[in-house]
Amino acid sequence: MARPLGGPVDRAPAGVNNGDMEGFSPSESAKPRQTPLTGWHVAHGARMVDFAGNMMPIQYSSILTEHHAVRKSAGMFDVSHMGRLLFRGNSALDWLDRLLTCRLRDMAEGQARYSLVCSEAGGVIDDVLVTRWADAWGLVVNASNHAAMLDWLGAHRPSGASLEDITQATAMMAVQGPDWREACPAFIGSIVDGLGNYRGRMLELGGLVWRVSRTGYTGEEGIEIVAPAQSATSLADSLLAAGVAPCGLGARDTLRLEAGMPLYGHELDSATDPFQAGLGRSVDMKKEFVGKKALISRMGDTTFPVRVGIQLEGRRAARQGDAVLDKSGKPIGKVTSGAFSPTLGHPVAMAYLDRRHARPGEDVSLSVRESMLEGTVCPLPFYKREQRG
Amino acid sequence: MSPSDLRYAKTHEWVRVEGDECVVGLTRFAVDQLTDVTYIQLPKAGRKVSTGEGFGEIESVKAVSDIYAPVSGEVASVNEALNSDPGLVSRDPYGAGWLARIRVPGVPDLSGLMSAAEYEAQVSGSPH
Repeated sequence: MARPLGGPVDRAPAGVNNGDMEGFSPSESAKPRQTPLTGWHVAHGARMVDFAGNMMPIQYSSILTEHHAVRKSAGMFDVSHMGRLLFRGNSALDWLDRLLTCRLRDMAEGQARYSLVCSEAGGVIDDVLVTRWADAWGLVVNASNHAAMLDWLGAHRPSGASLEDITQATAMMAVQGPDWREACPAFIGSIVDGLGNYRGRMLELGGLVWRVSRTGYTGEEGIEIVAPAQSATSLADSLLAAGVAPCGLGARDTLRLEAGMPLYGHELDSATDPFQAGLGRSVDMKKEFVGKKALISRMGDTTFPVRVGIQLEGRRAARQGDAVLDKSGKPIGKVTSGAFSPTLGHPVAMAYLDRRHARPGEDVSLSVRESMLEGTVCPLPFYKREQRG
Repeated sequence: MSPSDLRYAKTHEWVRVEGDECVVGLTRFAVDQLTDVTYIQLPKAGRKVSTGEGFGEIESVKAVSDIYAPVSGEVASVNEALNSDPGLVSRDPYGAGWLARIRVPGVPDLSGLMSAAEYEAQVSGSPH
């Protein structure tokens, strides 16, 4: 029992571990940043952890309780650790269009899209959410890639465009789960009234800007709110009063895993291209962007492993780095994320496998801490919410 | 809060001497830190273990932790009920959630273990 209990704070669970921090230099030796909600989390009994340089809650009650709250009613997450950037000026669109893999030029005001950012070699530098707000283009980047993304954006900055980093001046909260709408303060609900998934709207209230969009990272319906930093705790208080369960990064990880969503540092890294990751729908090969040339040559190469889901028998979970073997015992890939799935009641994993073994139904073995577990390749996501209405 | 009739390892296992066997479990502090236990891997009866040796694993939704033998001896039996209900260890860590019985020849060497008061002092100094 000494291993997980020895440190000054709990180690982050797999999925939010410090191995994801490579490339993020400013905070590595510095004191972790307090988000506008760090004090709120502590006051509400959260177990805290330094995640990519931010003091964040891992869990309040238990990961299982929080996970089920999101699937069955509603949960709230502080996601203020993620980087929030705004782009303005005549060439803001050109700037982003050259660096993001998804199509941007056809996006309507208020529309949001998931995108990858690739290096010249075609590897993924970050996965981001881009939104065409009424006053600017918005980008949400991973906390662990925040500094690297600022460098990358700066190196490709055209004239006639400016970047504003609003990460410190704002908080970001996600409200996720089937009851999100009932649980939201009325003015938040009115901002997103009538909006479908991947649509957002902004509102100026007393000189402060709120940006709310129908997005999330759990596989449930819900919203993400970029709020003025000074309004963050009162927002959290009103959500709590409405019965929304505070949730930590632990539940966020099991929820996104069930929903088949990649996590940078696990399913995505600079050696992996978007097609291997099964994210080709977020790549517009009809436009020009950094990394496209490399992707064209990589697309024809079948030796790159591809991302799959694996369902395991029993109760033991595979974890990042565990080897996947075929029935003859030959290594065919590696696990990138794994956990016991609270919704499905059995362990699940995402892995990168040799394409010849990546078909759903393929039986595989997993080498987990000196034991062999049995699993079956399956389609992603593991969990899909029931469509309502 | 920790039962005073038990002895404690700094790695959060407890020991109760019953005749020539030592009953071994995990402390309340340890299981509270883990939460949401999904699986417990225990050794087979007959395995010889030495003090400090990793002889099992406890797995929660997110993390895997080793369980260390607090005494040397031979595993006499393990708590089979944990296979179907690993949550027992969280609900009743000092009773129905015991882990294993280790047969110790002669007088068990408990010199490296702590009293309840000493263990309490250790965990109260450990931030959580």
